[in-house]
Amino acid sequence: MVSLPAMNDLHSAFGQALGLVADGDATLGNIVLLSLRVSLTAVALAALVGLPLGALLAVARFPGRGGVVVALNALMGLPPVVAGLLIYLLLSRSGPLGPLGLLFTPTAMVIAQALLIAPILAALARQVLEAMWEEYAEQLRSFGAGPWRAVPTLLWDGRFALLTVLLAGFGRASAEVGAVMIVGGNIEGFTRVMTTAIALETSKGDLPLALALGMVLMAIVLTVNALAQGLRDIAARQAG
Amino acid sequence: MRAPEAILPLRAEGLGFSADGVAILKGIGLTIEAGRPTLVIGPNGAGKSVLLRLLHRLLPPTTGHVTWDGPAADPRRHQAMVFQRPVLLRRSVLANLRYPLALAGLDRAEQDRRAAEALALVGLAPLADRPARKLSGGEQQRLALARAAALRPEVLFLDEPCASLDPAATRAVEETLQALAARGTKLVMATHDLAQARRLAGDVAFLHRGRLLEHAPAARFFAAPATAEAAAFLRGELLW
Amino acid sequence: MFRRLILAAALALATPAFAQERSITVASTTSTEQSGLFGHILPIFTRETGIAVRVVALGTGQALDVGRRGDADVVFVHDRVAEQRFVREGHGLERQHVMFNDFVIVGPEADPAGIAGSRDTAAALKRIAESRAPFISRGDRSGTHAAELRLWQQAGVDPASGRGVWYREIGQGMGPTLNTAAAQGAYAMTDRGTWLSFRNRQGLRIVVEGDARLFNQYGVMLVNPARHAHVKREDGQRFIDWIVSPAGQAAIAGYKINGEQLFFPNAAQAEPGA
Ligand SMILES: Nc1ncnc2c1ncn2[C@@H]1O[C@H](COP(=O)(O)OP(=O)(O)OP(=O)(O)O)[C@@H](O)[C@H]1O
Ligand SMILES: [Mg+2]
Repeated sequence: MVSLPAMNDLHSAFGQALGLVADGDATLGNIVLLSLRVSLTAVALAALVGLPLGALLAVARFPGRGGVVVALNALMGLPPVVAGLLIYLLLSRSGPLGPLGLLFTPTAMVIAQALLIAPILAALARQVLEAMWEEYAEQLRSFGAGPWRAVPTLLWDGRFALLTVLLAGFGRASAEVGAVMIVGGNIEGFTRVMTTAIALETSKGDLPLALALGMVLMAIVLTVNALAQGLRDIAARQAG
Repeated sequence: MRAPEAILPLRAEGLGFSADGVAILKGIGLTIEAGRPTLVIGPNGAGKSVLLRLLHRLLPPTTGHVTWDGPAADPRRHQAMVFQRPVLLRRSVLANLRYPLALAGLDRAEQDRRAAEALALVGLAPLADRPARKLSGGEQQRLALARAAALRPEVLFLDEPCASLDPAATRAVEETLQALAARGTKLVMATHDLAQARRLAGDVAFLHRGRLLEHAPAARFFAAPATAEAAAFLRGELLW
Repeated sequence: MFRRLILAAALALATPAFAQERSITVASTTSTEQSGLFGHILPIFTRETGIAVRVVALGTGQALDVGRRGDADVVFVHDRVAEQRFVREGHGLERQHVMFNDFVIVGPEADPAGIAGSRDTAAALKRIAESRAPFISRGDRSGTHAAELRLWQQAGVDPASGRGVWYREIGQGMGPTLNTAAAQGAYAMTDRGTWLSFRNRQGLRIVVEGDARLFNQYGVMLVNPARHAHVKREDGQRFIDWIVSPAGQAAIAGYKINGEQLFFPNAAQAEPGA
């Protein structure tokens, strides 16, 4: 009684997912594009801050560093809803950044996702680069490069490992719904992305459609990962 | 050519180094003059690598100090070091050569000139665009040597630069070292290859269990070692 | 190679971000959005005026909060008491009637409280409480939640006494509430619009409808520009004027699911004094 409809739903979701893609549905296309744009921009923004921060933490030794590392690792678990609320209160017209008028816009979603994933990028980058720094430290000091100069060197030499870090950030960004729902408002045609569309269809009770959208999202994330991996392999073969 | 800003002689006085309360080097007094290579020999774990690091200022001494002659503000700019385990950047062979040259403030043309010269010096010219870390162990060691030599240091520290080279490469590297020495570069080199030490050394520093047991002109040292340990070591009978 | 890729990616992302257009933001309720009403009427308005309407769909309480913070230009909700307070406190300008729909009580096929077919909400709710049949409440300060609490009061039942046993508050929107009721074979109160477009009914069906107490009035108001200078007064007012105009009212009346009209325009009826 319970399992039969569920099987049917799964079946129909799969068919619907294929149908959505095959139709090249314009609304879906726009939602997909916005999702990609928001999450990729958020990753780029977070990388700009998070990767150098992670590299700096990998090379710098200062009192309280251990505390910073622990805090950063803990921030990886920042609930999206909390990140969303924080940005909501900042960007609300009644908040400190209200005059910018960014609430309920894609820009707000980018900021919230960037806040969410910057600690992830920083923490993972620190881990990856610290191992590399252990190997490089003496040689770079012999060349007269201090920790500051080591940061760009490590970022560049760690580029292939860092790509995986970026993909982890992208995965988290494109999968989260709490933050973009709150600061974007899930406005149709303007701030609706894959995850908020899935949440909407779920609450409308159209579970097969929600599941179908979920499958499309997974396919997109898979494609982005495959592309990145492919490029990485090509570049790695050239540069080592 | 580089005499006016010479940093030699180098003096170590009462030099000691402990790690975690364990004394690794004790009371080293040593003067290194310009001229033919100084060879540092001694059994495994005697402290050769640590001594080179102290002299190159990669490690802060626990006791005593290292002083350099001359007015040069930063004596490290006149030194380079080739490590026992070569540390190559995750870049092409050419980029590895350029990196320290760029750090030293040389312009691009000069970097290219010196890199090409250094590649020819160690016979790696055909591999210029290969990923450095995919080279064989011996090729990596030769690249590390070329990279240090390209800096044209006044003092070049070498920590067993021929450890994983085949006989032909060993001879080639030795010739390179002879050429560098002839050009006026002071070599300070740790090695386990006694035959090589005999061929290269101007003077010999013999370390045993963290103490400098002898520092003598090579001819005298090899002909008539002053300590029983050195004599045993030369006979191949001294264990750590 | 890698360097060029990074550069290309940076350029692609830096291109002029998200297109700007003439638009207003309307804080409204999940019921209006999810029933599909906005999807039907807003394109008509935009075609006539060139003003895009961005709807943020929340519970009525949250939607009023968004208005209070100045994060929307117009509030379009259904909780008359709360709306009147909103205006009285100076957060919004004049409130106007727009339309009404009605609530229904839905329940499982088995109907353990035996209320199917009833038109007396108070009696039906009393039966549910007496039989301790599970009831899913929004519990989210929404207009529907507020209406539900008023109905319990009229029935003389304090549902809090059954909290966690048969009275289950989930703190979510209408859709999740119906999903939960369907999964647990429970009763729930919903607006008819959401019910009609709700797909995951499983055994759920309407058990109580047609009681005058189930009518649900929607109101619209402009966020007070004196409080929030950035409020798009002109375009927001234009939307309000349109939705209470004959054209807007006709658009509302024209929205049907399976031939069934969901919302009944009644802007002509003056707002009764508070
Ligand atoms: N940072 C350190 N912390 C603790 N112990 C160290 C450290 N560096 C070196 N040692 C110890 O000091 C001793 C001397 O090490 P060193 O590397 O100088 O030996 P070596 O003479 O170069 O030997 P080999 O011929 O094997 O290269 C060894 O016992 C080593 O384990
Ligand atoms: Mg050693």
